[in-house]
Amino acid sequence: MATQHSRTSARIMVAPAVFVLLVWMLVPLCMTLYFSFADYRPLRATFDAWIGFDNYVSFLTSDSFLSSVGVTLQMVAGILCITIGGGVVLALLLDQPMFGQGIVRILVIAPFFVMPTVSALVWKNMFFNVDNGLFSYLWRFFGAQPYDFLSQAPLFSIIVIVAWQWLPFATLILLTAVQSLSSEQLEAAEMDGAPPLSRFWHIILPHLSRAITVVILIQTIFLLSIFAEIFVTTNGAFGTRTLTYLVYQRVLESQNIGLGSAGGIVAVILANVVAIFLMRIVGKNLDN
Amino acid sequence: MARAISTPKKIMWTALAWGVGLLIFFPILWTFLTSFKTEATAISDPPVWFLFDWTTENYSDVLARSNYPLALMNSIIIAVGSTLLGIVIAVPAAWAMAFVPGKRTKDVLMWMLSTKMLPAVGVLYPLVLIAKYLNVYDSRIMLIVVLMLINLPIIVWMLYTYFREIPGEILEAARMDGASLGKEIIYVLTPMALPGIASTILLNIILAWNEAFWTILLTTVDAAPLTKFIASFSAPEGLFYAKLSAASIMAIAPIIVMGWFSQKQLVRGLTFGAVK
Amino acid sequence: MGRITLDRVQKKFGDVEVIPPLDLIIEDGEFVVFVGPSGCGKSTLLRLIAGLEDVSGGEIRIDGRPATDLPPAKRGLAMVFQSYALYPHMSVRKNIAFPLKMAGMAQDEQDRRIAKAATALNLTDYLDRRPGQLSGGQRQRVAIGRAIVREPAAFLFDEPLSNLDAALRVGMRMEISELHKTLATTMIYVTHDQVEAMTMADKIVVLRAGHVEQVGSPLELYKTPRNTFVAGFIGSPKMNLLTGAAAAAHGAATIGIRPEHLDVVDSGGTFTGRVGVAEHLGSDTFFHVHVPEMAEPMTVRAGGEVGLTHGDTIHLTPRAAHIHRFDAQGLRIA
Repeated sequence: MATQHSRTSARIMVAPAVFVLLVWMLVPLCMTLYFSFADYRPLRATFDAWIGFDNYVSFLTSDSFLSSVGVTLQMVAGILCITIGGGVVLALLLDQPMFGQGIVRILVIAPFFVMPTVSALVWKNMFFNVDNGLFSYLWRFFGAQPYDFLSQAPLFSIIVIVAWQWLPFATLILLTAVQSLSSEQLEAAEMDGAPPLSRFWHIILPHLSRAITVVILIQTIFLLSIFAEIFVTTNGAFGTRTLTYLVYQRVLESQNIGLGSAGGIVAVILANVVAIFLMRIVGKNLDN
Repeated sequence: MARAISTPKKIMWTALAWGVGLLIFFPILWTFLTSFKTEATAISDPPVWFLFDWTTENYSDVLARSNYPLALMNSIIIAVGSTLLGIVIAVPAAWAMAFVPGKRTKDVLMWMLSTKMLPAVGVLYPLVLIAKYLNVYDSRIMLIVVLMLINLPIIVWMLYTYFREIPGEILEAARMDGASLGKEIIYVLTPMALPGIASTILLNIILAWNEAFWTILLTTVDAAPLTKFIASFSAPEGLFYAKLSAASIMAIAPIIVMGWFSQKQLVRGLTFGAVK
Repeated sequence: MGRITLDRVQKKFGDVEVIPPLDLIIEDGEFVVFVGPSGCGKSTLLRLIAGLEDVSGGEIRIDGRPATDLPPAKRGLAMVFQSYALYPHMSVRKNIAFPLKMAGMAQDEQDRRIAKAATALNLTDYLDRRPGQLSGGQRQRVAIGRAIVREPAAFLFDEPLSNLDAALRVGMRMEISELHKTLATTMIYVTHDQVEAMTMADKIVVLRAGHVEQVGSPLELYKTPRNTFVAGFIGSPKMNLLTGAAAAAHGAATIGIRPEHLDVVDSGGTFTGRVGVAEHLGSDTFFHVHVPEMAEPMTVRAGGEVGLTHGDTIHLTPRAAHIHRFDAQGLRIA
């Protein structure tokens, strides 16, 4: 069906997209790679184009790197637990017969469309604030001492904020997956005498496993580069400095470009590890 | 198929689901309510729910602030501009890959997706450097280009999955019916592809509107969109909850409305077709 | 006019030869059915004639004119697709009008032809609906309407009934047959269903793996299948193909006996077996009989009054004149 002529025009049509993405990917990345082997500190007017792997060594052996990896892992893991667990429960709940299902769904999805700086600031000030936040009222109402979330449990607070934003995403995808489960399969299990809990465990959960994997991978990609929420809440203080944030600080705050670039390359490599798994799943899906 | 569901059971599920739904929605609702309070009411103890003197003063205050209209305008220009630019580049590419697939098509698609997974910090400094070198730091054009580039893979993928759903037999039927390639595109392909293009545009405007890494780090004032403008509230003086709420509501309301319209496309767009 | 000639037509996908060089003549006004199991190349052959696939070798002529290199639109053929391929964004009227519009036909002539086709196909009340609002059978009619308004040299049908339910299929089958009688235009029809082939065709082309196994009228294929494949494919229920001693007795490697050519006798008989399943249809009864020396059960068609059931012993005698003999290569022995 495809003739030689249409092949050629197809290539011309694809070319601009490939070209801009290639430039986008290669030029800055090569620059980062180049800087990562240089001692480049513009504020001190230092530029030494080749210092070997010194930046990598000092970045990887610094305490801040190790702690940032720990923080990143805790943050991503915490958010994933809340969003996946909550998402499965919510998806099953939304799948039940009820009045006004469409409206409930709209309510649940809404947080995903709130821009990160807004949600971070709203939570920080109107909920977590120790003097005027709603949680403090709630604590006082029950006679407890108000709790200063952002300074006592800053990591947890950020996890709550981001999990609130991503819960709708997980719910929506898992709901799509739940609804694609044939009711005949569940009815067959019911006929076979499986009680609700084992129906969930043996039929619904395996059916959801693919969607859960996709949610985990996609969220991980996005969560590894959380920035705005940290930027407006703690600015990386109190043990909330993730790898992304550490690199940002090295590059733009302390202007140690060489060190920051080495950190950037490390972040790229770590993200690629996750990306490979995601790409496999997407690639398999493309075949059928 | 459907079994008769007892009404009490349905009412129970309804109550439970509405409760959970309202709980999740509550921060937005609370922000909405606060935006109509005076600053004093906004922090009153105990909190007031609905019975207060509703005022639109906060909105007029925020709008009167020197750079709010500028930020709003920047958000609109950047989100719409980057999306349209992306569409112009992506439509021919997705089209060609969907209708004239070659041996490399799958590889190209996967490679495009892989660029989406590049962590932004990895290229942060080069971008700042390039922007300053080209004298486009803190300019709308810089953000339009950058946001177009980070969302281009999603745009191509969404369009590709939509175009691929147009059955080949219909195009063949048009060919049998005597349509030339030009007429095939005008009368058959474009009308069938338009809904897909429209939802792609919608979802990408949302993504670009909410993007908060490059918009914060590549702007100062002139090109700063709402994400950056709102972030400037993080260290304000005095009472500001009501004004923060008003500014927030104005920043998120149009996008939440658009988001509700694009729920279905969201799943497809953000999972790259892995979940439908 | 619609005489279509295929001369050494060949199709390769890369290195894979899906259709080895093939000759075929389709006479003007003929109803030709391409039939075969899935993957036999029948749809590919149709698409080669339509011009939707390029031939790898050989020549296609339509009414004596070479058509091998003509684009689909220039061949004067109309096609009805398996999925109907209606334009979802156009009304039924616009769907039917589309080929006429593409040909640049005057509006009043378009209207006249649409009205005529709509009357013939019972679509007059639905002209302003969208395809999405129609039932499967109605969509099928729209697809046919879109084909007939062009007054093509020949119609091509690609498994047009496979998306319909059984009852509708029988009805549409007759409508298409009747349409052929009225229009007297060449029709080429692809199906995997031998019942459709038998009931509709003037000429059946049986295909397997791109090869033409046999070409002939339905009765020719029924009476004198050229090989065991055609013998097993044409006729319902399937012909019993027996090997071993039973075949050797007739000097053949395989013999074929149709279920309707086995008589149930009270005793003796050539074959004695036990009834596995008895399907009582009222008018007929089909028995699936397990004969000890046979690997496969035999199928027998008997009158509706024969009352044997599961487990009964049954004696069978084939009608000698209707035994088909095949050699070790599976070819018919004359």
